[in-house]
Amino acid sequence: MRKKKQITAVEIRKFGPGANLFFNIFLGIFALSCILPFFFIIILSLTQESDITTYGYQFWPKHWTFASYQYLSKMGHQVLVSLGVTIFVTVVGTIMNSLFSSTYAYAISRKDFAYARFFTIFALISMLFVPGMVPTYLIVTQMLGLQDNIWALILPMSFGVYNVLIMRTFFKTSIPEPIIESARIDGASEFKIFWTIVVPLAIPGIATISLFTSLGYWNDWMNALLYINKDSVTPLQYLLVKIQNNIQFMTQNMANNGAVAGAANVPSEGMRFAIVVVATLPIALTYPFFQKYFVKGMTIGGVKG
Amino acid sequence: MTQGVTNTDPVPVSQKPDLNFFQRLWANRVFLLMVLPGSIFLIVFFYIPVLANVVAFQDFQYSDQGFIYSVLHSPFVGFQNFKFFFKSADFWLVLRNTVGYNLTFLLLNFFFAIFFGVVMSQMRNQRLLKVYQTSMLFPYFLSWAILSYFVYAFLSSDKGILNHMIQAMGGTPIDFYNSPWVWPFIIIFLGVWKGIGYNSILYFATAMGIDPSYYDAAMIDGANKWQQIKNVTLPHILPVATLMLILNIGGIFRSDFGLFYLIPRSSGALINVTQTFDTFIYRALTTTNDIGMSTAAGLLQSIVGALLIFISNWVVRRKQPESALF
Repeated sequence: MRKKKQITAVEIRKFGPGANLFFNIFLGIFALSCILPFFFIIILSLTQESDITTYGYQFWPKHWTFASYQYLSKMGHQVLVSLGVTIFVTVVGTIMNSLFSSTYAYAISRKDFAYARFFTIFALISMLFVPGMVPTYLIVTQMLGLQDNIWALILPMSFGVYNVLIMRTFFKTSIPEPIIESARIDGASEFKIFWTIVVPLAIPGIATISLFTSLGYWNDWMNALLYINKDSVTPLQYLLVKIQNNIQFMTQNMANNGAVAGAANVPSEGMRFAIVVVATLPIALTYPFFQKYFVKGMTIGGVKG
Repeated sequence: MTQGVTNTDPVPVSQKPDLNFFQRLWANRVFLLMVLPGSIFLIVFFYIPVLANVVAFQDFQYSDQGFIYSVLHSPFVGFQNFKFFFKSADFWLVLRNTVGYNLTFLLLNFFFAIFFGVVMSQMRNQRLLKVYQTSMLFPYFLSWAILSYFVYAFLSSDKGILNHMIQAMGGTPIDFYNSPWVWPFIIIFLGVWKGIGYNSILYFATAMGIDPSYYDAAMIDGANKWQQIKNVTLPHILPVATLMLILNIGGIFRSDFGLFYLIPRSSGALINVTQTFDTFIYRALTTTNDIGMSTAAGLLQSIVGALLIFISNWVVRRKQPESALF
């Protein structure tokens, strides 16, 4: 954006060498504090169980081992189930949310839509007031009957008014009205205009809201905490919450699955950290590449339409 | 249906003035279909739950004939649930914790986000800066469920790295998960730490957008770096910062559930310093199953939140009309 200006202005606006060094050290230490805990968790997942029991958690263990991961792949049936649940919920939820939010945003951004004003306000009102945890809980469990149903993890986040605002700003600022106008005069239907002209132009915006949404689904444990008791629909994040409160959950689960023989020697500490690594790694590996979309979403969202 | 509206007239058919209600609906059918899923969502997950807040005024009784039947047949008790909540010792505790933590977050986030944003905008090495920013965003993208393990690895009383260090330096280990006095510091540190990468972006972007000729002029006038920041950078950032501060006031009755519930591992010994509106509501719902009182607490939270948004919006509109929400 302002690359050129930055380069020419470096000398003028930047710190002098001394201050620059000082703040490099300062920022470096702080930045390290943000990523170091994750490396610590990776190390713990590779630490031999007996080292943890005798010496506690250490930055550099005496014995390294892959045992936690081996147990996880052999006996971690629940982890695989949960990983499957999380992936399913994330994929389906993200598709639903980006589709519904984009079409809604597109319709209310079009001047041709006679009810655009009504539906804009209809959506915006929901930003002023929070319906509350308990009423929502009652609707989901009593009215929709979604207790222990995988859709209880998907539907409550399948549309986002904030995403609608981002997309509306996007449609208004980067899809030229004349293109739509001329396509319509050429006889293209509104659906055709949307799919063949608008969607391809809106890909950066859709990517932004999809990333935010998929992150939200991947990280969600709150809906599971409220609505899920069954192991077969427990997502990965909620599994972490469960095994945090109950160390025995893992070993019990294994005993139930017929792996009684090894249950006593299971590296339960190491395995818990291994599950944390499994839940974190996809984010750690992907977000640096998508960072610019996240940053864009953060700054677009602030624009009032 | 895929053919939709075929129209060679430059005036959109949906806007023709001589249509009756049903003709207009039909003319807008494609757009209506586009807003349909979102509208159903808003009705089911916003408008109906908002109306369901009526159970705050009821002695709610579950019935097996569905939720609507339960609501219609539960006896009304007026403000009894609210009175019950106000009279309980929990109310003052929850109010003190929620507002206290949020005011602290508000001020510290304000200060640190500006500080980091400005410092980052003045760094010389762009590549290193990118590394710092990427690292600082990492915790923001993780859930409290994951972060609670990070924290536990440091704070665990027998295995945690912090107690190892304390012991290595000859101190007595602290049983963190049973020591209420340390938790305000831990919670505030974690809240600021997790959000700083995200919160500073706005100020960083604002500072980078300042016209370099201002700095030029300041240097010609003999201003040193600190004077440049004080007289050029901060005045440019302040309007944005004030706006953010005012807008965040609307959330002063809300709390980050995961930070207050998962990070202290829901430890009973820490309730006094970790119970907020949201954790209180969740615990009232799940442990005592008190639907009426927990809904009342949530409704109070939402009403105060909405009022604060209206007030802060009114303030913004008087000071910076172009930044007002509505």
